[in-house]
Amino acid sequence: MIALFSITALSLIMIFLFIEGISIFDHVSIKEFIFGKYWYPTDDPADFGILALILGSFCVTFLSGIMAIPLGIMTAIYLAEIAPPKVAEIVKPIVELMASMPSVVIGFFGMVVVAPFIQKLFNIPVGLNIFNASLMLAFMSVPTICSISEDAIFSVPTALKEASFALGATHFETIVKIIIPASLSGICTAVILGLSRAVGETMVVLMAAGGAAMIPGSIFDPVRPLPASIAAEMAEAPFRSEHYHALFAIGIVLFLFTLIFNLIADFLSHKFRQVGEASL
Amino acid sequence: MIKKGLFIQNTWFSIFKIAVLINGAALAVIVFFILSRGWRAISWEFLTQAPRDSMTAGGILPCIVGTVYLCLVTILVALPIGVASAIYLNEYATQGKLVRVIRLGINNLAGVPSIVFGLFGLAFFCIVLKMGVSVAAGGLTLGIMTLPVIIGASEEALKSVPNTYREASLAMGATKWQTIRKVVLPVAFPGIITGSILGISRAAGETAPIMYTGAVFFTPDLPTSIMDEVMALPYHIYVLATAGTNIEATRHLQYGTALVLIVLVLGMNLAAIILRSKMRKKLRI
Amino acid sequence: MNKRKNIFIAIIFLLTISSTVFSGELVIKGSTTVLPIVQKAAEAYMAENPDVKISLSGGGSGNGIKAIIDGTADIGNASRFIKQKEVNLAGTKNVYPVPFRIALDAIVPVVNGKNSVNNLTIAQLKDIYLGKIKDWKQIGGTPGKIVVISRDSSSGTFGVWKELVMKDERVIPSALTVPSNGGIVQAVTTTPGAIGYVGLGYLTGGIKAVKVDGVEGSEQNTLNGSFPISRGLFMFTKGWPQGETMAFISFILSRKGQDLVKEVGSIPLF
Repeated sequence: MIALFSITALSLIMIFLFIEGISIFDHVSIKEFIFGKYWYPTDDPADFGILALILGSFCVTFLSGIMAIPLGIMTAIYLAEIAPPKVAEIVKPIVELMASMPSVVIGFFGMVVVAPFIQKLFNIPVGLNIFNASLMLAFMSVPTICSISEDAIFSVPTALKEASFALGATHFETIVKIIIPASLSGICTAVILGLSRAVGETMVVLMAAGGAAMIPGSIFDPVRPLPASIAAEMAEAPFRSEHYHALFAIGIVLFLFTLIFNLIADFLSHKFRQVGEASL
Repeated sequence: MIKKGLFIQNTWFSIFKIAVLINGAALAVIVFFILSRGWRAISWEFLTQAPRDSMTAGGILPCIVGTVYLCLVTILVALPIGVASAIYLNEYATQGKLVRVIRLGINNLAGVPSIVFGLFGLAFFCIVLKMGVSVAAGGLTLGIMTLPVIIGASEEALKSVPNTYREASLAMGATKWQTIRKVVLPVAFPGIITGSILGISRAAGETAPIMYTGAVFFTPDLPTSIMDEVMALPYHIYVLATAGTNIEATRHLQYGTALVLIVLVLGMNLAAIILRSKMRKKLRI
Repeated sequence: MNKRKNIFIAIIFLLTISSTVFSGELVIKGSTTVLPIVQKAAEAYMAENPDVKISLSGGGSGNGIKAIIDGTADIGNASRFIKQKEVNLAGTKNVYPVPFRIALDAIVPVVNGKNSVNNLTIAQLKDIYLGKIKDWKQIGGTPGKIVVISRDSSSGTFGVWKELVMKDERVIPSALTVPSNGGIVQAVTTTPGAIGYVGLGYLTGGIKAVKVDGVEGSEQNTLNGSFPISRGLFMFTKGWPQGETMAFISFILSRKGQDLVKEVGSIPLF
């Protein structure tokens, strides 16, 4: 029965989050909470609108996706299809080491090295902005996207490949027309899990995104994504105060985001298992 | 036609190669910066002394010890429960709806953002269970966070044990528990350990879950019980870089601490990767 | 299995057995403005009393007072006085926070070292933080976008700034927020168009202090009351302090402690 502990832990976290978070809606309506433009949790009267925070999270995730998805998938294709085994043996550990880089180190790097660099490069007022945070987040989601896509590509039956070669297709044509379609749902799973990691990542956005609770106008604007707000404010919010409940409500939103991402990924990967030679 | 096809292929393959190189370069740049600026801070004193003069001088021993303590508690929490869960899921449970739901739950637990664990840990362990900011609360929070990684790795390891082993053992009159303990677990053991190292190394590098549950800004004495608060490497980097009293003057200490953390985490990972590749070779023979 | 169990037990045993009893343990949390003072004082105090263990964390004044109310710290530092809202909250939990003023401080607006602006009025500062003044040329500086840097809402420095400069109006959302005084110094140093505000103890190279209404933020001008943005620094305890907590606060309020206050750049009480 001890085995059920993990599921108990999950339900405990969920129940706890919901109990603590839901009480904020005694003070503001769900609509005001999600679509409110102003986040002034400690003012009197306070404003608990997280639209700017959600948009902040969305922007950094989206932009990091634009950078990480092609990189991750291309690396995966290279590893699974093109690389000679010796090269793959070197590259794979590199990708794994990227995955294990502590997030605080990446955030630190973004803040100390990348921020002044892009500030000079693009001649912008602040180096701590969406672009910087996305760049760092992309670094963190590439390994996830890469290793899961690689598994998917690797498990495409060799018979399919050989058939394609036999019909005179080049290796590249085979990859584009046969291998990618066959492993598409696996690749999608990889992308979703990679993005879900970016949404929930805290230290990077806390240190490199600038922390301004505004609705961004350009990719060089600073933002305050959801996890950064929780991390920056949870120490000050008195136990069971409105602010505390509001932070838990942000936790719920974040939890729901990743839950939805995971459910989609789970759905896709189950569908993907049925794709075999017969169904193509 | 074929020539043109080959040309397209070569171009694209070069692009793929460039993608790989970008990844490698990104990792190299980060490691290079931390290494080249951090190594000067590293000395025997840095590793064996407490911080002095408002943390602008001295070493990081309390942070190293703190991180090790947090990891120990994490292992104590996550390893037994994780392995037990994996054994249950893989060996005992009938693969029905309940198991599917449990698996989905575990997958979701793996996807929950680390800050949400921190939020939960602060409210539940520190306040509701009255543990306060302590190694125990921080370790428990990290433990729950690491649990899914360990369950996943252990299940994978258990699955790789051929069924013939189990059948042979059962045929000789062993009970199910004896079979698991004497036959299945020893074979799966290296896999479980590899997965656990990976999980723990992730826990060692995490900041968000321990920010408010286990780690504090400054406590120069080494922790003496699991109810003490500690300094921890990742949190130390964060506070030195964002909340220190003199951020520019401690830059070398920040790089130094980052270097120690990377060496610790990447070292554990490298160990796990090497262990696994050795194992794979063994299995192939 | 037994062997492993034994190892686990041994580890737990090691973790707990080493808990030699300390004569005193102090947990101190709160304001990053008070932090340098307390850190210096803690180092000196622990050198004198080696059997006392002090642990410090920041997080801002709000965090310090909250920790007193929640009972998670012995001393809560604050760079502002307790708010009515917090008093009410403490009342509902039967906690009676006791304030000790340990030092004085001025909050000084700072700009990048290369900025030509030397003097700003309170009204100008307010308009900058309201987002009404957006460019340095509007207030006589070299043209360029003003990067407004503010503090997290838990900061006492922010609280005082909001009260004395903003007159309780809201800082624009596009202001960057950093978690500490040190963070402001860091951000203003590296950003040419930036403006921020810090406690007196944080005025270092790379940033330039700006006069407010023509008055320079200094110890003298704070003591004679001519500098408009000044405040006391406080330590709060849950009820009247006892034992080690009292001893530590007495130490800070002693000549020796006040000298340390001066050393880190804040203003001693005497």
